[in-house]
Amino acid sequence: MDNSLKLHYEIPGDDFALAGEASSNVKKILTQLGVNPAIIKRVSIAMYEAEINAVIHANGGTAEVEIDSNKVTIIIKDEGPGIPDIELAMQEGYSTASEAVRELGFGAGMGLPNIKKYSDNFEIESIVGKGTTVKIEVWLKP
Amino acid sequence: MKLEKIGQILDAELLNGENCNIDIEVYTACGSDLMSDVISYGHEKDVLLTGLVNPQVIRTAEMMDIKVIIFVRGKRPTECMINLASEKGIILMSTKHPMFTACGKLYSAGVSGGSV
Repeated sequence: MDNSLKLHYEIPGDDFALAGEASSNVKKILTQLGVNPAIIKRVSIAMYEAEINAVIHANGGTAEVEIDSNKVTIIIKDEGPGIPDIELAMQEGYSTASEAVRELGFGAGMGLPNIKKYSDNFEIESIVGKGTTVKIEVWLKP
Repeated sequence: MKLEKIGQILDAELLNGENCNIDIEVYTACGSDLMSDVISYGHEKDVLLTGLVNPQVIRTAEMMDIKVIIFVRGKRPTECMINLASEKGIILMSTKHPMFTACGKLYSAGVSGGSV
């Protein structure tokens, strides 16, 4: 790949059933590009967790994905309530998810730690009342 | 172990066999109703046993490269979930056994929980 591939997704916030479609599409494209399956899995999981977060905490958002020969960069942006204490939110097991979300199998407080675990570079910026932006980078080469 | 054998042990019904390759070997499994845990600890698992029924179960399996989902306690996925799973090549089964019994039966038969 000489040029980068840029993708844009709207993450709908009103339909939990649709959450994960953007991640699924990125997984499909990386598979078509012949990327190592172990790396695809890391990208898919990290993006899926971020996508789920945008749906359950922020009524959706957007995902910008850029794939070049060296890395996959994913920026997921929402205009949700923001995170008052990022350090606390990064702790395993800490969650502000509602009971309804927990009943759906999420909200165990593993989302952000999982994103960090599966990405090579992870950045998060959040302003209370404005929203949250998560940047995930996964290297395609060892 | 062949998937067919798993089906026999759990007396499980195959829900989308016509759309998937069911002639596969399975070695490892995990059981959870919490998809966040499956994502954290469900590495290299061939089978997910769960009592949770919503489309994110299929999505989680897709992202984790899990080949088979077995719904316990006789739960059945919706048509929309079956279609999504078939599209992704994920096999769906349903067993009447509850989670503990289903996991125990597979573990006793030699299916491993895999590495921690």
